[in-house]
This record gives sequence, structure tokens and C-alpha cells, in this order.
Amino acid sequence: MNALWIVLAVVVLLVVWVVVSYNRLISRRNEVDNAWSQIDVQLKRRLDLIPNLVETVKGYAAFEKSALEAVIDARSKSMSAGPGPAAQGAADIGLSGALRQLFALSEAYPDLKANTNFLSLQEELQNTESRVAFARQFYNDAVERYNNTTQSFPGLIFAKSFNFTDREYLEVEAAAAIPPSVKF
Amino acid sequence: MFGFVLVLVLVGMAVGVLIGNGILGTLIALTIASVTAFVSYWKSDAIALRMSRAVPADPVVYKRLHNLVEGLCIAGGLPKPRVYIVHDPAPNAFATGRNPKNAAIAVTTGLLEKMNRVELEGVVAHELSHIKNYDILVMTLAVTLVGTVAILTDITIRMMWWNGGRVARAGDRDNRSNPLALIGIALLIVAPLLARAMQAAVGRRRETLADVSAVQLTRYPPGLISALEKLQADSTVTHSASMATAHMWIEQPLPGVNDTGRLGFFHKLFNTHPPLADRIALLREI
Repeated sequence: MNALWIVLAVVVLLVVWVVVSYNRLISRRNEVDNAWSQIDVQLKRRLDLIPNLVETVKGYAAFEKSALEAVIDARSKSMSAGPGPAAQGAADIGLSGALRQLFALSEAYPDLKANTNFLSLQEELQNTESRVAFARQFYNDAVERYNNTTQSFPGLIFAKSFNFTDREYLEVEAAAAIPPSVKF
Repeated sequence: MFGFVLVLVLVGMAVGVLIGNGILGTLIALTIASVTAFVSYWKSDAIALRMSRAVPADPVVYKRLHNLVEGLCIAGGLPKPRVYIVHDPAPNAFATGRNPKNAAIAVTTGLLEKMNRVELEGVVAHELSHIKNYDILVMTLAVTLVGTVAILTDITIRMMWWNGGRVARAGDRDNRSNPLALIGIALLIVAPLLARAMQAAVGRRRETLADVSAVQLTRYPPGLISALEKLQADSTVTHSASMATAHMWIEQPLPGVNDTGRLGFFHKLFNTHPPLADRIALLREI
């Protein structure tokens, strides 16, 4: 009789342990998904701001057509980029670079610099830019926590059997390190 | 937290011994403690903000601050706290609330004037770390319990002049005085000091932890380091801070505390913050 109770207690403890470990995996994975959608929110905001910027800058006939076209091009690339951190990340870096190039060039146009519409758009876009960076950082932190859980001991067993695959990091440092080139 | 409750119960027992009814004293102490803890849980942020004369930061005037807070919240995966301004020329900041969903962060106008963007980012990240680590809740409860201990011991020590509220003490002339009462008196005298030392210890550990988490948010240690250096160099005293809220600010706002010099053992015991020099040294190692 006693032995039966002990076996029962062990079984119950095991079940509790499995449930707790499984739930931890689930919540970590949800955190990663949430972090990913946070990046999307900020990116969407940036994409929505760009047509306004393009309209404002177009008014200045002298402005470099190539810089504008690069931004428009990068925007459409970013909108049609395939899913997954790697593809999306590359497209976004392209857009960031094109935007930085455009803002760097705008330094040479005093009229444009005096346009309040342009200035507020520039401020908004730069803010969004830093938010995108922060959202990426949060995503990578979440991925690290998730991957740590799936790769270390108790999670490891369940990750394999319940099909929790590792997530990719967003590698942006290399591409972001290239400074915008300015030709006058 | 357990230590605080223990001290409180001991104080209650001492009160009980002195008025001649141990259980009653403990019950009174526990009741007062739970009521204050309950009130502080729901109202602490409002009280702290009111005490510091903080006003909501206008989203247009303080756009830079709002943007900065929003950005760092995204990095930490936190909801955006309410942002407040304290009109005070001394650079300082604090966070309060009970959980990340109900939190507030306040900065002085002096901080906004004296810090550049990366430094301000470091300070805001430090305050957000207090919110993320639930330090705001622990600190609020700590200050309430410390206050309760102080009030209780005060009342009791005063009551002793009036013979614990009893009309007469038949046995006073005989050799029947309660030896426990002596221990009770000793405990009552030590308790407020003990409570304050514990408040300080909790605060100091959490300050260091918040510094480290802040750097994890900004990924840029030099920002916070140079902010702390500016705080160290600045000798303006934060007038809006009171003794009760001292432990909440990023820099200890009390006058007469020299952060650069070496502090004596007793000074260190009651400081709510580690010396700024120690905090800077720790950040440099990262």
C-alpha cells in the first residue's frame, strides 16, 4: 500500500514537472513571436512615412533623383521581402541605408532643410529608425532566452519531442556598419 | 521582505510585553502593517509623485524624453510608463508604481538640461530597470514597513511615560518587574535603526543591479558612466526629495553625504545607495 502511494507521488511530480517545462517553452516561444511582431509594427510605421517624404522632397527639382529612387526602390523591396529574419533583415538594412543617404544629401539643400514638413518627417523617421533598432535588440534577447531554454537541460528533452526548433537571430551589425556615402 | 515582517512582529511583541498583553500588541502591529502595505500597494505611486511635486510631462514640450522612454521600452519589452517632470535644478530621476503596467518615471528639469542624449538614455534605462525588476514594488513596501516600525516604537516609548495605559501597578514596589520588558525596551530602541539599515541594504543591492540591467538595455556603458560622473560632479541637492523617498532616486538626494570620500562604516550602513564611485567602477568593468 505504501509503495503504491510513493509510486503515485512520483508520477504526479513527473507530470507536474513536464507541464511546467512545457509551459516555459511555450511562453518563451510566444515571447519571440511577440518581439517579431513588435519589429513589424515599427517597420510598418516607417514604410508609411516614406511616401510623404518622397512627395515632400520631389518638390525640390534639383534634388538628386538617384537618392530618391534608391529610397523608393528599397521600400518596395522591403515590402515584398520574403518571410524570415534573414531576408527581412537584409531588406530593412537596405532601406535604412537609402534613407540615411537621402538625409545626408539633404544637408546640401538649404531650402529643403528649412521646410518644416521635411524636418518633422526627418525627426519622425529617425525616431522610428531607433525604435526599429530597439525592437530588433528585444527580438534578439527573446531569441537568446528561447534558444537557451530549448538547448539546455530540461527544455532540451521536450524541445525535441514537441518540435520546438531554434530561432534565427537578426544579424544586422555587418550591414549597418557601412556608412552612407555622400557625393557632392 | 521576510526580515521586515519579522522585525515588525518582534516590535509588536515588544509592544505587547510593555502594555502587558503580548497577543494584542502583535495583532495591532500586524493590522497596522497590513493596512499600510495595502494602501501603499495601490496608492504609492500617486503619493510618491505628489511628495516630489511631479507634474505629467507634456508630450509636445518634452518630445525628446517621451521618444527616448518609448524606444527603451521597446528594447525592454515593457509597456510605456507615465512620464513626469519635477521642476528642480538638481539632476535626478526616480521610478515608482507597483508593476510594469502601473508605473511612472519622473525626471528633474535639471537632468534634462545637464545630460546629453546618451546620458539621459542611460538614466532612463536605469529607471526602467527598476520597473522591470519590480524594485519599485519592493522599495515602496520597504518604505511603508520602515515607517510603520518607526510609528509603533514611537507610540510605545511615549506610552511608557504613562504606565502603559494602566491605572495602577500593584506589583511595582515588589520585586516582580517583568524581565522581558527590558528586552522589549532594548528591541524598541534598536528596531527603527534595524529597519532603516535593512531598507538601505535592499536599496543598495538593487541600485547596482539596475545599473547593470540599464547597460543591457542601451548596450552602451559609457552613456550611463558619464551620466553618473556628471551626477558625482554636480553638488546641487535635490530639494523635491524627502527622507522617505530618498532610496527611490538614481542619486541619493540627501545633503551632507559625500559620495567621493570614503564613508565610515555607520554611514555605509544607512546609505540607501552605493557610493557613485563604486557604481562607476563596476560599470567600467563591463
